Amino acid sequence: MTPILDVRQLRKSYADGFEALKGVDLQIEQGEILALLGPNGAGKTTLISTVCGITRATSGQVIVGGHDILTEFRAARTMIGLVPQEINLEPFEKVINTVQFSRGLFGKPRDDATIERILRQLSLWDKKDNQIRALSGGMKRRVLIAKALSHEPRLLFLDEPTAGVDVELRKDMWEIVEGLKADGVTIVLTTHYIEEAEAIADRVGVIAKGELLLIEEKASLMARMGQKQLDVQLSEPLEAVPDALARYNLTLCDNGCTLTYAYDTRAERTGITKLLRDVSETGLVLRDVVTRQSSLEDIFVGLVQDETGDAA
Amino acid sequence: MNWSAIRAIYVFEMARFFRTLAQSFLSPVLSTSLYFVVFGAAIGSRIQEIEGVSYGAFIVPGLIMLSVITQAISNASFGIYFPKFIGTIYELLSAPVSFLEIVAGYVGAAATKALFIGVIILITAFFFVDVTIQHPLAMVAFLLLTCLSFALLGFIIGIWAGSFEQLQLVPLLVVTPLVFLGGSFYSISMLPPVWQTISYFNPVVYLISGFRWAFFGSADVPIAVSLFAIAGFTAACLLVIGWIFKTGWRIRQ
Repeated sequence: MTPILDVRQLRKSYADGFEALKGVDLQIEQGEILALLGPNGAGKTTLISTVCGITRATSGQVIVGGHDILTEFRAARTMIGLVPQEINLEPFEKVINTVQFSRGLFGKPRDDATIERILRQLSLWDKKDNQIRALSGGMKRRVLIAKALSHEPRLLFLDEPTAGVDVELRKDMWEIVEGLKADGVTIVLTTHYIEEAEAIADRVGVIAKGELLLIEEKASLMARMGQKQLDVQLSEPLEAVPDALARYNLTLCDNGCTLTYAYDTRAERTGITKLLRDVSETGLVLRDVVTRQSSLEDIFVGLVQDETGDAA
Repeated sequence: MNWSAIRAIYVFEMARFFRTLAQSFLSPVLSTSLYFVVFGAAIGSRIQEIEGVSYGAFIVPGLIMLSVITQAISNASFGIYFPKFIGTIYELLSAPVSFLEIVAGYVGAAATKALFIGVIILITAFFFVDVTIQHPLAMVAFLLLTCLSFALLGFIIGIWAGSFEQLQLVPLLVVTPLVFLGGSFYSISMLPPVWQTISYFNPVVYLISGFRWAFFGSADVPIAVSLFAIAGFTAACLLVIGWIFKTGWRIRQ
């Protein structure tokens, strides 16, 4: 299947010489949710802006649904919806009018039923005749989302959609994203909240200093790169780690009731078998054995530190 | 052609106009009435007829032009500058619209507003002075072309402006003097020869002269020259706008 978004060797240098994108390659399949993670200034927004036509690429090619964004910009852009990071709205305009405007701008015929459905879905229907300046920050964010959805895009960019919004909206957002995915909409979101990527993404891309460091299935990424921890909980507390277990680098915690062993799932031998055998040989009585996996956040921080450290 | 986008922009811009209808309507009526009272009645009664037309009637075309030009520029420049200022321009840039459609929407709306004001002033004028329009079709054509061409100029100013001060700068420092010195309140033939020559470098002279011809049948410059001048000005504005969108100057990084 041809990808819905195909980015090839995309470069962007600004007039002051700053290289925001250093040859990004990215292919996204129809219907998937991709989370782009990266520190501030990594190039996330530049990447999105270039695909959407707000900034011009220095070189490289972007194809959306088989349409080049430069030579077939109408066909390409009709498919794209964008929820920008900043809350940019006309303060004196009514909610319903600004959403209708967006639909018209994208060349779609007026469709009151669709607009109503979108506004209801975003809990904006009651506020449809309010001026935008009278809305709270969270509500304004919803208006931005409604504008982006108004023309029924097939590829939706959410640039930090939940930055600075309340928990309720974030949950609503996730629900909306699930609903869109069910309709076959492809979604690319950038976020600082790693729990967000963990909760809703199918794939995760990590971008730093204008380069896509990796892009991988969320599950396999976590499995491949995850640090795991094995907690051996003991019936009787220990004063110190037994000498026989010294070579495992165990830490004793929980008032001497838990022995913790850190291992890397990427390693060929995790050492768990030997450890458990040695533990039983020391005669310790076990209450429970628990493994814990590091979160995407730990992976992400580790990765960005590694790569940017190497590059420096 | 994305007609739906043109309509969306046009309707959106006109909505802004109707939100502030009272101001949009009152201010030109008030200022025109003041001009008629001061220049038409008070001073005008002591000025002899110019080219067979009473002074009060003589200034009507110039007054309409003055307001139409100012309104076309300010509406169009604000219309495109405001989205730039508050950031909503992202939507225009990411929408499947060509520069032609953006210009058509914004300039069309600004020209409509200016036309509306022009008609209001003409109607107001009928209450104060006896105005006859000898060439109504030519009058309408000149009015439409003026609305359109100065809305195009306003659009360029709005794209160029980096602040609200700059947005006011060109209208204040360039356009207002040109319009005042363009024969709004006098005939170029009343000036000393040197100033007559200088006046012919002022593009607005051709506009007002042509517009006045449509009213009274007499002009400072031949009507064909006036038509040529405004057509040239419109074409120049279109060229600049075409270049702006091709290069993304001041809008697309």
